[in-house]
Parts: sequence; C-alpha cells; structure tokens
Amino acid sequence: MPKKKILISGNEAIAEGAIQAGCSFYAGYPITPQNELIAYMAKYMPKTGGVFIQAESELAAINMVYGASAAGARAMTSSSSPGVSLKQEGISYIAGAQLPAVIVNIMRGGPGLGNIAPAQSDYFQATRGGGHGDYHCIVLAPGSVQEAYDLTQLSFDLADKYRIPVMILGDGILGQMMEPVQLSIKKIGAGNPKPWELSGCKGRKPNIIKSFFLREGALEEFNLKLQKKYEIIRTKEPLYESLFLNDAKVILVAYGTMARIAKSAISQLRLAGKKVGWIRPISLWPFPQEPFCVKNKKVKYLVVEMSYGQMLEDVKLTVNGRQQVEFLGRSGGGVPGEEEIIKKIRKML
Amino acid sequence: MEKIFGSFKALYDVSTHYCPGCGHGIAHRLIAEVVDELGIREKTIGVAPVGCAVVAYDYWNFDCSEAAHGRALAVATAIKRVRPQNIVFTYQGDGDLAAIGTNETIHAANRGENLTVIFINNAVYGMTGGQMAPTTLLGQKTSTSLDGRQREKHGYPLKISEMLSILPGVHYIERVSLESPQEVLKAKRAVKQAFENQINNLGFSLVEILSPCPTYWELSPKESLDWIRDCMQKEFPLGRIK
Repeated sequence: MPKKKILISGNEAIAEGAIQAGCSFYAGYPITPQNELIAYMAKYMPKTGGVFIQAESELAAINMVYGASAAGARAMTSSSSPGVSLKQEGISYIAGAQLPAVIVNIMRGGPGLGNIAPAQSDYFQATRGGGHGDYHCIVLAPGSVQEAYDLTQLSFDLADKYRIPVMILGDGILGQMMEPVQLSIKKIGAGNPKPWELSGCKGRKPNIIKSFFLREGALEEFNLKLQKKYEIIRTKEPLYESLFLNDAKVILVAYGTMARIAKSAISQLRLAGKKVGWIRPISLWPFPQEPFCVKNKKVKYLVVEMSYGQMLEDVKLTVNGRQQVEFLGRSGGGVPGEEEIIKKIRKML
Repeated sequence: MEKIFGSFKALYDVSTHYCPGCGHGIAHRLIAEVVDELGIREKTIGVAPVGCAVVAYDYWNFDCSEAAHGRALAVATAIKRVRPQNIVFTYQGDGDLAAIGTNETIHAANRGENLTVIFINNAVYGMTGGQMAPTTLLGQKTSTSLDGRQREKHGYPLKISEMLSILPGVHYIERVSLESPQEVLKAKRAVKQAFENQINNLGFSLVEILSPCPTYWELSPKESLDWIRDCMQKEFPLGRIK
C-alpha cells in the first residue's frame, strides 16, 4: 500500500477507517451531523463485500449490530446524540452479551431534539455506560480527522480483544471538518478466531449469545467477571496526549475538537512566557490518571468543554481534592473561544 | 422391528420450565422435529425472544441468540445477512412481535428478509403475569383489562399476520393452532414449509401458532384447548393467509 494522503471529512474518515479495519457490517439511520458516514458506508461497504443496511430505526440498527457481531462480523453503527439515546438499550445488551461492536456518536446539542450544532454534552452517557446495568463502553475521542481514522481501526481491535462495545465520541465539528488523512491499512486482529460466534454447531456444542442470568447468584458472578475485565482495561488502555506538564502552574484539560482550541490558547500563552500545560484525554473511559500525577502540588486545572461540566467530574475525581479545578464551558451551539480561554487562564495564574 | 418414533437430536432430553398445559413445549418440539427432518441442525441459528420462551436455548440443541424484547427480527436480519448459508429463525410471542417489536417485524417482512418466523399467539403476556396483549380478545379479562378488553379503551385484537400479508416482500404466512392433535399435525406442516421456504431462498415466512396459556387464561389445560377452538379461532381464523 503506497503512503497515500486523501482529503476527507471526519465522518468519512471514520467510515474508511472501519472498512480498512475489516468492518463487514454496518447498519444506521440518518441523522445530522453524521450523514456523510452512512452515505460513505452505503457506497463503499458493498464494494468490499460487506453488508450495509439502512435500518428502520436506531433501535433496529443497534440490534442489527448485535446480531451481526453474534454471527462473528466486525460490526458498526453510527448516529448523533438523540439517536444514540435510542441505541442505549442495544448497547446494554451488547455489553451484557459480551459482544464486540463499534458505535459512533457525532455529538450535537441537547437535551431533547436540541439542535444540530456541535456539542460535547453526551460525555456522561458515553462514559457511564448509558443504558441500564453495571457496564462500560471503551470511549475514544479523536481530536483530528487523521485520529478519527486511526482510532476507528483501533476500536475494532479493542472491541474484539475485550468483547466490549467501543464508542467513538466526536462532535459535529470533527464530523464535518475536512483534513488530509494518511491512509494506513492495519486490520489489527481482523480474522482472529471467535470460538463463541454463532455459525451453526457443526462439530461442536451449540453456542449461545445471551445476557440473561436467572439462577440465583449467576448474575452477580457474571457482573464480577465484567468488573475484572474493566479493571484490566483501566490498567492497560488509557490514552492521552500532554504538553508542558513539568513546569506548568495551570493545566488546561480538554478533549476532541475543544482540545485543539485549547492547544492554540496554550501555544499563545507559552509564547508570552506563561507556565501553562495541556492534557488531552483520548480515552474518556478508561479516563487517564497518569498525566494528573504532576510534581507541582500547587498546580491548578482548567477544564474546558462544549458542555456545562461533564468531564469536569472525572478530573475532580482524579485529582481527588488535592488541587484546585476550575471550569469553562458552553453548550447548545456555543464553543469556548481561544480568547475566552486565555482570559480565564490569566486570571488563574 | 421398525423404529417409528425416537427422541430428537435438535431437542435436549430435559424437562421444561413451562406451566402444565402450556403450548410452548409443543411448539419447541415441532421446530426440533422439522430441524431434524430437514437435516439442518448444524446450520440452524435460533433467535429466542424476551417472554416465557427466553430460555428456549436450554431446550434446543443448536446455536441460539437472545434478543432484546421486540428486536428478534433485527437481530435475525443481521445474522442471516452475515451468514446467508445458515438457517435463521425467530421464535416470538405476541407482545414481542406485535407490540414492542411491531416496527422491526414490519420492516424485516417488507425487506423480504429470507427468514423463518414462529409467532406464538396466546393472547396474553405470560412471563410478566398475564397482562393484556395486542392479540387479547374483546371481552377477555387480564390483569390490565380487569373488566375484559373493550374496543373503546383498548382497541381491537391486532391481526398482524393479515397486516403483513399485504407486503410484497412476504412470501408465506399461515395461521395454525395447537387445539387438537390434528391441528398440531397441520401446524408441523406449516412450520416445515416455513423452513423449506428459507432453504429455497423464497423469502420471509411466518407461522402464527394459536397456543394455550392455561395459567393466565385461568382455565384448565383441556378448557384452554376448547377456548382456542371456540373463541380464539373465531377472531383469528386458521389457514393460509399468504
């Protein structure tokens, strides 16, 4: 494969990344601002021998992903906030049945029908499970179109490795924005055997895909098994990027598109000689703990989000009262700007 | 001596959890007999519903998946699309197929998915304690229609099989009953037809089975069979619908 660069949107990069990762089943339902993704899948999935279905609802789409994954396919669905709310039932069943699946949420404003402007207000829903029961999805938040492509490929690998739903959490800006993407076909783990899959019981005992544990004690036993798996993921899979943590007096924490705006604010402040740092969590669950173990015990954190303070809670849980944590956020169409961030940090310094 | 009857490979030799006189055991066995006769056990994938038959996979000796309440046909659609060489069927009750899952049912049928659907109509929600179902008869008392189903308040028994029959994507629909040995034999023929249709790639096939629920009809097993014949079959006439 030649080192080819193409100019595509975040939505298309996720679709292309999925196809290159060996995704062979996609079901979705139209919703703005992720329509380029479903359109891309409609066009290219059949060309690679995969299955594309425009489902009758988000509920049907996620349950199709459940079925396709049960049958052994690498399967994906995508939507935006109100649609992802509808998918929560299926995501809970996928977690309960320990099926691998990739779910994309290109977030828009809420609650309710909200609007179609970019937002980051589904963080709680994504990182706390979202549906009923004690479970987690691995949640990855790309910060660029290139990363949207790369993390999608990684998502399929993590989903298979841990038999867990993985959510790619982007916002409307990332979905719509076009950037050059370096294509690299990884297909990590694609084609690995899945001894649990439904394929007909020829030569083996029947396989059962289920999340129902009626016998006394059986569900508790199963939930403890899930918790053990989550503990391993918490240890092994946190992902983040950081800058200038060594001497920083104020550290800005942001993810996704917001982290890019935060990064340019940090660059400007550094040019002015200000001791500021930057943490960009890439995995939102598991939430990275490591970058928050800084030497300067008097460091202050500023969390910036396109919401009214959701990741803020994870930062507070992580620093656990040891340091001061402040917040700047807008949602419902508003995006905190560079100047606003700089002004806030200058006050904190 | 010629052996004319034996146990079924597709059915485990275990007791079921079903109430005395329940129709699920018979329906499970009909499917198992057909799967054995067609020699498809090793490539069959069943989709169990939410309802009394949720643990049907404890009785069937082939691959199975659970589905969330009402979503069996979305799950089955994907399994069949991913594995077109396998034989995929759903087993669903009236609440599952005709209330919470109506959307999935109609659209899988309309897409003409090459699937087999076994639809158990017992006019009541069994697993949750006998509430009114979409197929509950007018006047039938349940724990949520205490004075009997009334058309003004609750609407009419939903004839989902007739509704589905108008869709061009649907190949075969038949309504059968478990009220007598003769009808059980006819039911088996219909179940077999619905599986053969899938083997021959003919498209969406559904068998609606009128099935007794003595516990929540508050009738004896024998009275339940009479009630199917005298009441249910008047509202839901038997025979080939499409």
